[in-house]
Amino acid sequence: MQQTVFIGAGAGFAGDRTDAAGPVAEALARSDGPRFLIFETLAERTLALAQVERRRDPARGYNPLLEAFVGPVLRTCLKNKIRIVSNFGAANPRGAAMRIREMAQALGFPGILVAVVEGDDLTGALSPQEFAARETGGSLLADGPAIVAANVYLGAAPIAEGLSRGADVVVTGRVADPSLALGPLIHAFGWAADDWDRLAAGTLVGHLLECGAQVTGGYFADPGVKEVLGMDAIGYPIAEVEEDGSFVITKPDGTGGLVDRRTVTEQVLYEIHDPAAYLTPDVVLDLTEVELREVGRDRVGLRGARGKPAPETLKATVCFDGGLLGEAEISYAGPNATARARLAIETVRARVARRAPGLALRADAVGVVSILGDSAGSALEAGWRDAPDVRVRFAAAGHDAQEIDLLMGEVEALYCAGPAGGAGVRRRITPRLASASCLIERNRVTPAVSFVGGRA
Amino acid sequence: MSAVEVPLYRLAHARAGDKGNRLNLAVVCREERFFPVLADVLTAERVGEIFAGRRPSLVVRYDLPKLHAFNFVLDDVLEGGVNASLGLDGHGKSLSFLLLAATVRVPAALVERETAPLRPAAGRHRGTP
Repeated sequence: MQQTVFIGAGAGFAGDRTDAAGPVAEALARSDGPRFLIFETLAERTLALAQVERRRDPARGYNPLLEAFVGPVLRTCLKNKIRIVSNFGAANPRGAAMRIREMAQALGFPGILVAVVEGDDLTGALSPQEFAARETGGSLLADGPAIVAANVYLGAAPIAEGLSRGADVVVTGRVADPSLALGPLIHAFGWAADDWDRLAAGTLVGHLLECGAQVTGGYFADPGVKEVLGMDAIGYPIAEVEEDGSFVITKPDGTGGLVDRRTVTEQVLYEIHDPAAYLTPDVVLDLTEVELREVGRDRVGLRGARGKPAPETLKATVCFDGGLLGEAEISYAGPNATARARLAIETVRARVARRAPGLALRADAVGVVSILGDSAGSALEAGWRDAPDVRVRFAAAGHDAQEIDLLMGEVEALYCAGPAGGAGVRRRITPRLASASCLIERNRVTPAVSFVGGRA
Repeated sequence: MSAVEVPLYRLAHARAGDKGNRLNLAVVCREERFFPVLADVLTAERVGEIFAGRRPSLVVRYDLPKLHAFNFVLDDVLEGGVNASLGLDGHGKSLSFLLLAATVRVPAALVERETAPLRPAAGRHRGTP
């Protein structure tokens, strides 16, 4: 009989808690069977920013928290043969692999073997016109913007290959997030490349793990309604997977958080569009027959994922210069605070209309209407009510730095020339990246697996 | 049969996710028996009305009876999405609560039993490590 395979998640996004993986690695070390620890740390924009960093310094361009994520668990993993799989290579998987080898050597593991998965970087591989011809869901590339980064989502196969060739750690750049878990499962169980139902099950495992705490009580707690205890030490998830593709989601003993029918159901549908057709490079996952069952405290069993053949094309994200976002804020408090906040908005609107007539300006009143508002301002217009403590936020975007600077200056000038009691101005200008999606033929993409380290 | 207006919040919980300018809202019934009732009243049209201020170009509802859940997909409601929106919440992460605050009209008998905190979590946690 096949052994249960254990996959833990140590991070669910680039800025995740760096002490979360510790309890997961310890729990895996106590388990018996093939064990893997995955870190998902690569959002769409994160990779483009990493490309920019790598151009500045060729040794960098991997996740800046690499050491913080891996450092606390590397000894436990290497000692217990828990294999690490992550996309924290970002724009420089080889650089990340070399850094991990250095860290392992310093810990007394000179023979560490790190697999490097490359081939996702299509910057320059297709011309801007070729990308534009393959854009889906828009035509942002038609104008020929300067492309900062273009990366295709690779699948699970190169990860499985790296593991099958003995890697202790597999470092990738852009791969589909669920492939980080499916790769180890293909390797451990020897699932066939057209065993669509099993590949779908493994993709569901990865889908539930890839956002870390979002399946164990994070992004869920609602006091008095959906209680979650121990939010300050929430346990990150572990999947216990059987050869037939059924699995249990749980978390390390002694950690905070919660795994139940509700936390898992919310995450099953997270970022899903058509539940009958969740597309990855590996398979089309159909969630409609998935069933889940609470099988113990903080243990939910799932089965019923079904698969259809993988899409013929691969998705790529193309990032290009998105101009600047300018944001500036000022606060009003106490009697008549709301009226003073409104006057501040009217004042800045009038001055910007005069001095930068083309600039679209958004105003929010934090404490009245802000995140549920709209850029046209109609929700705020309809929602004004007295509040004792109002923070006014202005925002505008564009490619003209002078216009954005002008808005920043207008908000700052409210200190002396605006309504009474204006306080706490903060201003920030952020360069933006825009992105478009393209569908790329598989024969234009060549995943490659190579190795850093080893005893040879 | 008498009907009452109740906030969706009493009958369901929800999670928002984004991809570009598209929002998905997973709506999970707090009790299995709410599923057929919400299937009747929480239509794609109703959700379109709740989000009218954001002018969705399309609202689609997918039903997941085995999960007692619905998945709503709303196109073009994120003001361009996280890379383009001027708002604080370009991901639309808070929009699950905009939906849950809306009311639905359901048979009074459905909510006679108060649907308070589902299974209090006391005792589920074994201490902070």
